[in-house]
Amino acid sequence: MSGAFSAAKFTTQPFLSTPLPPDLTTSPSISPAPPHRSSDPPANSASFFFQIESPRRSGTVVAVSDVVKEKKSKSTPNLLITKEEGLVLYEDMVLGRAFEDMCAQMYYRGKMFGFVHLYNGQEAVSTGFIKLLKKEDSVVSTYRDHVHALSKGVPARAVMSELFGKATGCCRGQGGSMHMFSSEHNLLGGFAFIGEGIPVATGAAFTSKYKREVLKEAGCDHVTLAFFGDGTCNNGQFFECLNMAALWKLPIVFVVENNLWAIGMSHLRATSDPQIYKKGPAFGMPGIHVDGMDVLKVREVAKEAIGRARRGEGPTLVECETYRFRGHSLADPDELRDPAEKAHYAARDPITALKKYLIENSLASEAELKAIDKKIDEMVEDSVEFADESPPPPRSQLLENVFADPKGFGIGPDGRYRCEDPKFTEGTAHV
Amino acid sequence: MLGIVRQKVLGQSLQKVRPAVSLLRSYSSAAKQMTVREALNSALDEEMSADPKVFLMGEEVGEYQGAYKISKGLLEKYGPERVLDTPITEAGFTGIGVGAAYYGLKPVVEFMTFNFSMQAIDHIINSAAKSNYMSAGQLSVPLVFRGPNGAAAGVGAQHSQCYAAWYASCPGLKVLAPYNSEDSRGLLKAAIRDPDPVIFLENELLYGESFPVSDEVLDSSFCLPIGKAKIEREGKDVTITAFSKMVGYALKAAEILEKDGIDAEVINLRSIRPLDRSTINTSVRKTNRLITVEEGFPQHGVGAEICASVVEESFGYLDAPVERVAGADVPMPYAANLERMAVPQVEDIVRAAKRACYRSVPLAAAA
Repeated sequence: MSGAFSAAKFTTQPFLSTPLPPDLTTSPSISPAPPHRSSDPPANSASFFFQIESPRRSGTVVAVSDVVKEKKSKSTPNLLITKEEGLVLYEDMVLGRAFEDMCAQMYYRGKMFGFVHLYNGQEAVSTGFIKLLKKEDSVVSTYRDHVHALSKGVPARAVMSELFGKATGCCRGQGGSMHMFSSEHNLLGGFAFIGEGIPVATGAAFTSKYKREVLKEAGCDHVTLAFFGDGTCNNGQFFECLNMAALWKLPIVFVVENNLWAIGMSHLRATSDPQIYKKGPAFGMPGIHVDGMDVLKVREVAKEAIGRARRGEGPTLVECETYRFRGHSLADPDELRDPAEKAHYAARDPITALKKYLIENSLASEAELKAIDKKIDEMVEDSVEFADESPPPPRSQLLENVFADPKGFGIGPDGRYRCEDPKFTEGTAHV
Repeated sequence: MLGIVRQKVLGQSLQKVRPAVSLLRSYSSAAKQMTVREALNSALDEEMSADPKVFLMGEEVGEYQGAYKISKGLLEKYGPERVLDTPITEAGFTGIGVGAAYYGLKPVVEFMTFNFSMQAIDHIINSAAKSNYMSAGQLSVPLVFRGPNGAAAGVGAQHSQCYAAWYASCPGLKVLAPYNSEDSRGLLKAAIRDPDPVIFLENELLYGESFPVSDEVLDSSFCLPIGKAKIEREGKDVTITAFSKMVGYALKAAEILEKDGIDAEVINLRSIRPLDRSTINTSVRKTNRLITVEEGFPQHGVGAEICASVVEESFGYLDAPVERVAGADVPMPYAANLERMAVPQVEDIVRAAKRACYRSVPLAAAA
């Protein structure tokens, strides 16, 4: 690792959270993006080059992470969250962490199998965004999806059971670690391929618009969040969908969990311009960078972006700079990441930071938080017990659910192909 | 495989064989006529009119009225919200279709040709076909992927390919291939109403062909069952299975065979997956001989699957080896003479049927 493209060298500039120049901090530079910018600032000059709005809107998307600092220093009573909100965020993040730690244990004990990708370190992103959603809003995730499922309200028991491959799992053991679905919670997967979830999420957002405009469901203001990583931002589906989402003003937020590494490929070694948020304005949507290790900053940005989508003002690209504390998956020896880099982010643990904020601002006592820790530990333990005791899927389940059609043409109980039924499509016709 | 080898040898002699569909005009005077294009257009129109959840998306489907004019008039009638011109982003808009179908909309995704579906095959296989299973039945995908499939004319290797076998090998998909106007109307309407992802393989060269249609077919409630083949022509000596354009060729071959005293039964598969094994096997048990015809590549093709089914279920009834007439095992060449040799011709079917009936077959060189 030497020369101009050394990851270590680059990380110190735009990505480590260096203090901002004062002028940027006080007045986040939000300028309507000129159609043809003649001179872009150098890639690493300022990671907080906040960009545009749709030209139709007079308001601006603010660099909330800066504003947050401002507000905090100005007046302490003007807190970002209430006590109740703080405790909800804390509980959700602790649940995410404890659940994933338990997954690692269970994986090494052989209770779950295949690829298991853990979310440790990134909790502020899932919690900061998803806890602002309504139940009807949708979340589309990646292979690193357990914690998104938990934040969206899928019970820990159902997720753990799914990981154990049991019939009581949220997909009856048919989905697995990388394919969490729950229609009740509007969790639409769980996509194991890079970039695959983005068009599906865009389709869900398209549905909200279609329902409002074509089916005349006036109240339909559902928002979709698409989560994906930095590696995905070099994939064509990302660009295809930024374009269509902006073109059709779809109610979607593209949430980049930039943990700086795509397995063993440094973001800086893979991407010509590592500042992902800058790609938003290129497609005519705001692009925002936020400290993804700070749940309150994430939440402020998320509020604005989700609100924008809900008001029908179109999509937003949010780049959350975060870090995964574990390897890419439990099978990853994680040999390429610099220990100094890991230590840097470990010191910025989002849960520790929130805890500190809650206590320093007298929003919660040490004892209250301990009680939450205990409650979560019990919940996770319970989920393991539940999963362990649950039955595996019955043999008969193998051929079920290939089709939604109740007369789907799997092999029927009589051993005959269902398509032999002359009334095969009856029941699906409704003209 | 045999068919292929012979095809190459015989190609030169086949130049005069006309597309088979023209013969249908001879007995269509009594019934109303409708082109395949009109059939597809009317089916889309009726389903969109009946269900506001049905919408059409794809490249050039709106203002351009469809690259092959299948969606003609629909933009005017249903507006740009329901007839959606997309950018050239197969992976993107196919995934969008899947996401929209999760919430109960019924997207009809048009591929300008199925060759472009290769750019989106991840979403067809991994998103559309597998979601219902992975989610244990929570998220179904009522979606139709449609567009022209198979060899066109003179467009070279990347634009001339049959995807029937590709998609038919994937659980979670239903694969339909209409031949005439009746099939096109009935199957497209069934596909749109079906709660699962359906691959709907049209044929560019048939769009402009006219076929007779009955009043029943023209009725807006007309719908064909998915998974049922149709016996287009009854016969007792040899069974010929075919789908899409090849049904016309098989019918033409049957006419020629009739003059030689061979009474061929022609099965229009209509549905590649599910495959109507029952109809095929019943026919073979009657005729004791089988020829399969397809435009696609021979290896692991639709014919191979039919052959396996017949060997498994009706082995004892066979009086002759099964023959597969398929496309040549090469990428489609551009030169007209080579292209012609690379896809099955009526004569290939005739010869294969004669061999199955142990009639003498003249060598190509002699013809």
